[in-house]
Amino acid sequence: MDRAGKQTLAVWKFASCDGCQLSVLDLEDELLALAEHLTIAYFIEASSASVAGPYDVSLVEGSITTLHDAERIREIRASSRALITIGACATAGGIQALRNFADVDEFTRVVYASPDYISTLATSTPISAHVAVDFELRGCPINKRQLLEVIAAHLNRRRPRVRAHSVCVECKRRGTVCVMVAHGTPCLGPVTHAGCGAICPAYHRGCYGCYGPKETPNPGSLDTWSGLEDADLVRVYRTFNAAAPDFRKASEAHER
Amino acid sequence: MSARGTRTIRTDYLARIEGEGALYVRLEGGEVREVKLRIYEPPRFFEAFLRGRAFTEAPDLTARICGICPVAYQMSAVKAMEDACGVTIDQGPIRDLRRLLYCGEWIESHSLHVYMLHAPDFLGYPGAIEMARDHREIVEQGLQMKKAGNAVMALIGGREVHPINVRVGGFYRVPTRAELRALTEPLERARQTALETVRWTSTLSIPDVELEPEHVALFDPDAYPIDHGRIASDRGLDVAPAQFDEYFVEEHVEHSNALHARLRERGSYLTGPLARYSLASGALRPVAQAAAQAAGLGATCRNPFQSIVVRAVELVEAADEALSLIEAYEPPDAPAVQVTPRPGVGHGATEAPRGLLYHRYELDEHGTILDARIVPPTSQNQRAIEEDLRAVVERHHELSDEQLTRRCEQAIRNHDPCISCATHFLELTVDRE
Repeated sequence: MDRAGKQTLAVWKFASCDGCQLSVLDLEDELLALAEHLTIAYFIEASSASVAGPYDVSLVEGSITTLHDAERIREIRASSRALITIGACATAGGIQALRNFADVDEFTRVVYASPDYISTLATSTPISAHVAVDFELRGCPINKRQLLEVIAAHLNRRRPRVRAHSVCVECKRRGTVCVMVAHGTPCLGPVTHAGCGAICPAYHRGCYGCYGPKETPNPGSLDTWSGLEDADLVRVYRTFNAAAPDFRKASEAHER
Repeated sequence: MSARGTRTIRTDYLARIEGEGALYVRLEGGEVREVKLRIYEPPRFFEAFLRGRAFTEAPDLTARICGICPVAYQMSAVKAMEDACGVTIDQGPIRDLRRLLYCGEWIESHSLHVYMLHAPDFLGYPGAIEMARDHREIVEQGLQMKKAGNAVMALIGGREVHPINVRVGGFYRVPTRAELRALTEPLERARQTALETVRWTSTLSIPDVELEPEHVALFDPDAYPIDHGRIASDRGLDVAPAQFDEYFVEEHVEHSNALHARLRERGSYLTGPLARYSLASGALRPVAQAAAQAAGLGATCRNPFQSIVVRAVELVEAADEALSLIEAYEPPDAPAVQVTPRPGVGHGATEAPRGLLYHRYELDEHGTILDARIVPPTSQNQRAIEEDLRAVVERHHELSDEQLTRRCEQAIRNHDPCISCATHFLELTVDRE
């Protein structure tokens, strides 16, 4: 709480593209109202003013890829009542976690001429690998409606209404004809966490898994239906949630 | 403040920019000794992990470089892949839809920058939310214009951040005429707001400075540069995107996780709204050109503090262009053209809201990416921004540390740097002379 008795919100960034915190500013109709109901105490992308912690709710974007960031997230945890990760980077390590499957020194040499200047860890890890997390919001990027629900739930100390079922359920609710059944288009919908609103099948393409694994997925079964080669299946699971345990296992199963 | 002795101006976390950067300036007795825009956003290695991926994956993967301008990454990627495969889409409804999607991103990104990130500097607020306490209507109109840009991206791209509908060759699904017409009304309002924004920004207190960097932008004789053109400058550069490497070089410097680009044998240069405007103000649509003239802009603009007015002019351009693309739209027979991979190299250059974005890919016969190179606008502008900062500090070294820091931060925001973008680079050539 700040001095006016309003709860405080902080937004933090680690290795990421800024897209999930942009979703806060993409709440064009709600942003100013939100700012009346709570105090946005730390949001460096939006304001140079900041209020010292502790904070009632911290939203964390991005993954941990440096020793300095591993330390910083512990400090943020210590000054936050609730810590919520927003997006695939913070929740699963993000696209940066592709390095977890490769030699990071080689990566550095490919990108930078003077690798000695670069300080980075060999892995990209989710926030939950470092500190306790109160809620993980999925997606690359997150859905701003879900973000609003999660913030409102934490301010009111109730559970967020965010379902962990598959994208298939969202297609059914939306009335989208199954692209896999009707057109034979490979689709990760059956193993992917809901939340986007099943956008890809509505645009005639298969889901590409940007919300990460659903609860208790069965990728082994889906893969036999997909008609894809092993090498393609490795790539399919190695995108924005490559290091989420269920997707990591699914890609490794096709590497042998 | 004494003019003697050593002074250090530093900001450890630059606010209201995309990504993580810091500023460091060292003065000795009024002389500027050192200026560094430090980029400490951790490296993300995009070029490295693009190797071995399918050519069709590049638009989805490179979008994740930047949540603010994903369409720019998708557009440069698809153009480079089509170039590698010998396909050209430079007219017809697929190109028009791409340009319309890009207009949506310009509207979204420029509205964000003008109203949420930049205007608070001119009006003396730490951010737009604080500014809204006194100027609620202004902030609300900016948010509504931003929303119109997002509506274009959500309809054509499927969503605002990291659109899902862009593919090599075109789209997965194209909209119907009726679907597009739903965008007309919000875009008409956005155009009106953009015109008001030009008038309003031109009344802000804008410092009178002129800077000398070479202006580099795409140049298209038929239209204001967005998605197409040769790479040109105000000092006679005029090359195809495929010649990028012959004329530009990138270097890795110790204080930054971003690579610095420069023109070979010429040094720093500037891309972005000022460069586009200075090279192509004559190609602006009449409504944007009239607004620019009424706001007092000449045919070129070299004052980075005026970039807020130029962005407003580009908002008019993007909204008006979007409306005419919608008006003329006839859906294509197929949402995408067939693109068959072949071994080779492809180049793609487009204008992200904050400047020139260049992609280069080398493919094998299966369409697997052998090598990738991405040069984002902020790495191209980083040197020019540092030179700009040096000039600001030299002019204002009598200010207190606090005032000087604020002025420096504003000078950085003039260029709308996107630091998340700037930390994912390419394989570079070091120029050893």
